[in-house]
Amino acid sequence: MLTDFGKVFIFFLIGGLFVAAGLIAAWVIRPKRWYPSKLSTYECGEIPVGDAIVKFNIRFYVIALIFLIFDVEVVFLFPWAVVFKNLGMFAFIEMLVFLSILFVGYAYVWVKGDLEWDKPAPQLPSINSKQLKISTPQTTPD
Amino acid sequence: MNLVDIIFYFFALITLVSAAITVYSRNIIYSAFSLLFTFFGVAGIYVLLNADFIAVAQILIYVGGILMLLVFGVMLTHKVINVEIKTGILNVVPGSIITAIIGGTLCGVFVVTDWFIVEGVPPIKSTTTEIGTMFMTKYLLPFEIASVVLLVALIGAAYIARRDKSKNQSA
Amino acid sequence: MELLISVIKIVVVMGVMLGIVAYVVLLERRLSAAIQNRIGPNRVGWQGLLQPIADVVKLVFKEDIVPLKSNRFIHDLAPIISLAVALTTFAVVPFGDKINLFGYDIKLQIADVNIGILFILALTSLGVYGLTLSGWSSNSKYALLGGVRSSAQMISYELSMGLAVLGVVMIAGSLQLDTIVEAQAGWKWNIILQPIGFITFVTAAFAETNRLPFDLPEAEPELVAGYHTEYSGMKFAAYYLSEYANMFVSSAIITTLYLGGWQVPFVHSFGFSDFWIGIIQVFGFLTKVILFVSFFIIIRWTIPRFRYDQLMNLGWKFMLPVSILNLLITGLVILLLS
Repeated sequence: MLTDFGKVFIFFLIGGLFVAAGLIAAWVIRPKRWYPSKLSTYECGEIPVGDAIVKFNIRFYVIALIFLIFDVEVVFLFPWAVVFKNLGMFAFIEMLVFLSILFVGYAYVWVKGDLEWDKPAPQLPSINSKQLKISTPQTTPD
Repeated sequence: MNLVDIIFYFFALITLVSAAITVYSRNIIYSAFSLLFTFFGVAGIYVLLNADFIAVAQILIYVGGILMLLVFGVMLTHKVINVEIKTGILNVVPGSIITAIIGGTLCGVFVVTDWFIVEGVPPIKSTTTEIGTMFMTKYLLPFEIASVVLLVALIGAAYIARRDKSKNQSA
Repeated sequence: MELLISVIKIVVVMGVMLGIVAYVVLLERRLSAAIQNRIGPNRVGWQGLLQPIADVVKLVFKEDIVPLKSNRFIHDLAPIISLAVALTTFAVVPFGDKINLFGYDIKLQIADVNIGILFILALTSLGVYGLTLSGWSSNSKYALLGGVRSSAQMISYELSMGLAVLGVVMIAGSLQLDTIVEAQAGWKWNIILQPIGFITFVTAAFAETNRLPFDLPEAEPELVAGYHTEYSGMKFAAYYLSEYANMFVSSAIITTLYLGGWQVPFVHSFGFSDFWIGIIQVFGFLTKVILFVSFFIIIRWTIPRFRYDQLMNLGWKFMLPVSILNLLITGLVILLLS
């Protein structure tokens, strides 16, 4: 007896196997002629500068935190939506209470500016003509 | 041993092995990513237990939310001051004592409990309807309290994570 | 026997799907050429119809370059995750009613999972890892920026996607995609009942598939090729295919949820036999999906890209409240009608 989840699992396995088989076939066929400069990280033809792990805008982390809370809320809403038609008015009011409590939180993060994707002010590179030294702006990338 | 048992042990193996990698890996990003397979294995076990809603909620919240948060955290802190963050072994004695106590308690509970085993359960059609009905009737108060808990968590998380605007940007 | 039927079904569906996806790539190239008043690839086969095969042959013979500083294992694993997840999502989409073939009643859906919609959302959240992993493992600045951007973008729009779907769930009273399609019989398509939900869902789908105007993760002018900058050969092909597979599957999901799925209006009034009605419904489904894919493509070649802060503002300050509002309106209307 194969359950529906079993079928999905077989589908996933066959899909993964198919992709892996394609990669392995290409590995057998393709040429392998490497030399160091071919294997260097791409940086528009220049020699790579520094490390790739750069400091990120902390915003990404805050967004993930807020997302987590709302994700839990959405998951809570699904069982309610399924039975909504059977329970009617009562379920609607209950959900209004649930949503309005969370709406307070949403309003809080909005007012406090946590949803704002603030960009650092642009710092133009300045050229010191005497020393011919270009100072690069220190900003966190998005 | 029938097919269901084999599948169970398969998922249990995935869960345990990846959990072990999470704990023992010296590279913190490997730890974070093997956690992905741990959650996946646990979701598989939930499916075997006919708890389809819990299984998907597990993937949605733990894999989609919490693990993403962990990965962001790792990526944000990885090699901050050109020092690779690696896990080390410390506090061996207190750690093993606590592990022994918790492990012993769990094993004790497992042995002592008079497990109620139902034979030949008909496959449940969907647990979501049941969960929804329960939320709206019997467990209404916990359901509403959950929203208050979420509110507190949201405000707390936003408050702690908020960048202090007066300080420099690398918070 | 049941197992055999399932496996045959899976292999056939996957083969057909990959074929369609390969030709969606060609469709995009020809359509974009038409939009830009070019001709597009037309040399390989009649009107370029053999182009996908030529592309695959070319990519198989391409050298696989993995940068020295990258993490080899995760670099190899990431495209497999990306494409396998994109393909698996289709497993729960019904592409037709039951059909009688060689004496067996075959349901034209791989798996009728009873929490279908949640399953799709869960797989979407898994798909994020394909991009994030590639970005991290490449150890390249462009790739990493692309990976982090895509994950933040996808989680932001996942919320509106989930909330928009809730309206459909309330109308059908089920998470099963099959039931949702049956609830849209005749002309009761959800696009008419749920116009706001439809627009939010489609917008979120564009963001989830990283298509223009939401293709910040691979914005060419600033990030070279984004998360797949360091990929070449078959692994690049896997990413390329997964983008189009995602587009195809999203169109299939949108068709199922909002455009009536495999329902073809008035098909029963022409007096065909059941077998032919089944065939017509499958083709009706495919037609709707391909039309929607064309919509995806036309949008890509018509509209400029968002800036990252605009994208985040749209997701958090507009889409989220609107989808919650849609939820409340749907609830009220259902209450008033019952």
